[in-house]
Amino acid sequence: MEPAILPDILALILALSLAAYVLFGGADFGGGVWDLFAFGPRKQRQRDVISHSIAPIWEANHVWLILAIVLTFTCFPPAFARLGTVLHIPLSLMLVGIVLRGSAFIFRSYDSQEVRAQRRWGRIFAIASLVTPLLLGISIGAVASGRVVENPGGDFAARFVHPWLTPFSFSIGLLALTTFAFLAAVFLTMETTDAELVEDFRGMALFAGVAVFGAALLSLSLAPGQAPLMQEGLVASAWALPFHILTGVAAVVVLAGLWLRKFRLARIAVGVQVLCIVGGWALAQYPYVVPPDLTIAGSAAPDVTLRLVVGILAVGGVILLPSLFYLFRVFKSGPADRPERPARGHFNG
Amino acid sequence: MPDLLAARSQMAVSLGFHILFAVVGIGMPVLMIVAERRWQKTGDAVYLELARRWAKGTAILFAVGAVSGTVLSFELGLLWPSFMKFAGAIIGMPFSLEGFAFFTEAIFLGIYLYGWDRISRRAHLLAGIMVAVSGAASGVFVVIANAWMNSPTGFDMIRGAAVNVDPIAGMLNPMAFQQTLHMTLAAYAATGFAVAGIHAFLLLFDKENAFHRRALAIALLVGGPAAVLQPLSGHHSAQVVAEYQPAKLASMESHFVTGRHAPILLGGWPDMDARRVRFAIPIPGALSLLAFNDPDALVKGLDRFPRRDWPHVPTVHIAFQLMVALGTYLALVALWGGWLAMRRHDHGSHRWFLRALALAAPMGFIAIEAGWTVTEVGRQPWVVYGVLRTADAVTPMPGLIVPFLSFTLLYCFLGIIVVWLLYNQIIRSPRPTEWSRRYSPTSSR
Repeated sequence: MEPAILPDILALILALSLAAYVLFGGADFGGGVWDLFAFGPRKQRQRDVISHSIAPIWEANHVWLILAIVLTFTCFPPAFARLGTVLHIPLSLMLVGIVLRGSAFIFRSYDSQEVRAQRRWGRIFAIASLVTPLLLGISIGAVASGRVVENPGGDFAARFVHPWLTPFSFSIGLLALTTFAFLAAVFLTMETTDAELVEDFRGMALFAGVAVFGAALLSLSLAPGQAPLMQEGLVASAWALPFHILTGVAAVVVLAGLWLRKFRLARIAVGVQVLCIVGGWALAQYPYVVPPDLTIAGSAAPDVTLRLVVGILAVGGVILLPSLFYLFRVFKSGPADRPERPARGHFNG
Repeated sequence: MPDLLAARSQMAVSLGFHILFAVVGIGMPVLMIVAERRWQKTGDAVYLELARRWAKGTAILFAVGAVSGTVLSFELGLLWPSFMKFAGAIIGMPFSLEGFAFFTEAIFLGIYLYGWDRISRRAHLLAGIMVAVSGAASGVFVVIANAWMNSPTGFDMIRGAAVNVDPIAGMLNPMAFQQTLHMTLAAYAATGFAVAGIHAFLLLFDKENAFHRRALAIALLVGGPAAVLQPLSGHHSAQVVAEYQPAKLASMESHFVTGRHAPILLGGWPDMDARRVRFAIPIPGALSLLAFNDPDALVKGLDRFPRRDWPHVPTVHIAFQLMVALGTYLALVALWGGWLAMRRHDHGSHRWFLRALALAAPMGFIAIEAGWTVTEVGRQPWVVYGVLRTADAVTPMPGLIVPFLSFTLLYCFLGIIVVWLLYNQIIRSPRPTEWSRRYSPTSSR
């Protein structure tokens, strides 16, 4: 393998695992957001469907984030050190969110079914599901805006707060939140056989789709002043136009699919749309891991490490991908609330 | 509180919290699949109830373990950025492998927990086995990374940077085998004895409860052999420590003065300034014998190291003694259990044995915390032994007491909830007490 392209390959894999996290883990967070904003007479039934569809898969989906972290510190150690230092505050807060979301969700499943206990854990689960994507987006926004630098000098605020506390970062936080909610709502339309609930989720999805559009416009309008690299990549580069067209087409197809109740089509298109959003960020940032100075090649670990990681990913993938496929086939080949098959060999008396 | 101390405390709390759940994630799946297999073979519904309840417990503990593990993977960078910058390329390998093992564990645990009625019995049991295997594997990989911090290999230091990196050599570091073996055995022993101890305690009050009797039998089967083997593994670990981390061994044993015919000190309080141990019972020559298989072997004392390279000796010494004492107790109880089994005694009816087990319930976990205190505090002041000082690895971010206190509070809160849920949802006898009147000694299986 040509050594010079090795770091690029690892960067691509890193971007892909982040994209997988957004696509799958993001939808689980989005489910929590809809738990918070469940509405109308079927509130409780909406929450039940959300809970059933997340339960078997959220932990596996969550590991995409861990994989991304491990890939970052193994393949791009200086970038990991930089992110941990400068983004200490938003990342720590995000961790609190991750811990509370996961724990509250599992506590709700296993605590007594009495309404008060359920409500208490449900509230924590839902609020953590709202806050975590915001903080993830803020952190990514900080990176994209090129403000995560070694030592900008100045006081505490200048070094550890100003890099991420910007309107642009917040717009990316909003974009992450709305995208996760959008994904969740689109996926949820296929998780139930109850026609009324399908309509509820369809409404949520259409609403979130508009919100994603708004958040994306906001980010793009803030980019010229605050994230020049994004601006350059997403507007001026050669791939920008076809890329925007693809993203736009995907977005239109999702909304059309929702409108016409072609939910399977909407589900595929929303996947494409989200991959385009993450991919656009990654491409605009290329060749930097952490702009403005840490490039992929410049911050990469020695080739021997990268080569071994590729080997591990290949071998691991052979076990992992069929397992993941099996997991999703068992739980996602039909609505989450479908009547279960008659239990076999249970208590006989 | 100085920032370095706050960072170390936050790491200690995070690790100390996570490790309890990680250990259960290794041990519980084995209990679960043994119970399920017995149900499939015998059709005895008590075993199914056990498997389901243990699966519930595993679900709660695994979820908290997964999120607290995520915190740790971030904290490596949030608290120790210079360490990761230095070591990421070398020890990323075991972490990547751990990532995959953990991924596999999460996937099959999802299938196991929610797939009871969706897949065939055989596939379900197989999913349980995958959880057990990948759980053990992920523990092994993480401990390999820690072993590297104790005996770093696979690189050359040139002007403060690692060059000629060889991640495979890093993984095959001298401590890797003994440390992973010791930790894996500890996981099975601690989980087995915790479960056995809880059910033994409940049997003391409800002695004919078939549910608790079968739980006890399975838990002993998993915990007992591991507890018996653990002292042997510990002995070998100490020999490797003696060779590669002599300052740590000297702290464990409070061995201040280099000499032949070195004693083992039972108990005692090391006085770091007077460089002697007060109130200890010495066993002459025992340390030389245990560490180097020769009662006259020379054992390096702390006097061979500058004071600034000493760990905090009393902490390491007392934690070590605690670990050994608890481990010895578990091994003796396990031997007693084995002897009872050979004599075809019914464990569930032997009240003194049940009392001894009930007492043992928390001991494995306390021993694990003590053992990690020995490993981690004993490595100080280094984060990478002999290469990188902890003080040089800490983040420049000030005010670290804030995240330390926040995470500590968060974990205290979660810990209380988890204990409360486990008690209410899993440990208490099944409410419809249909089995409590059905006497069935485990030996008549």
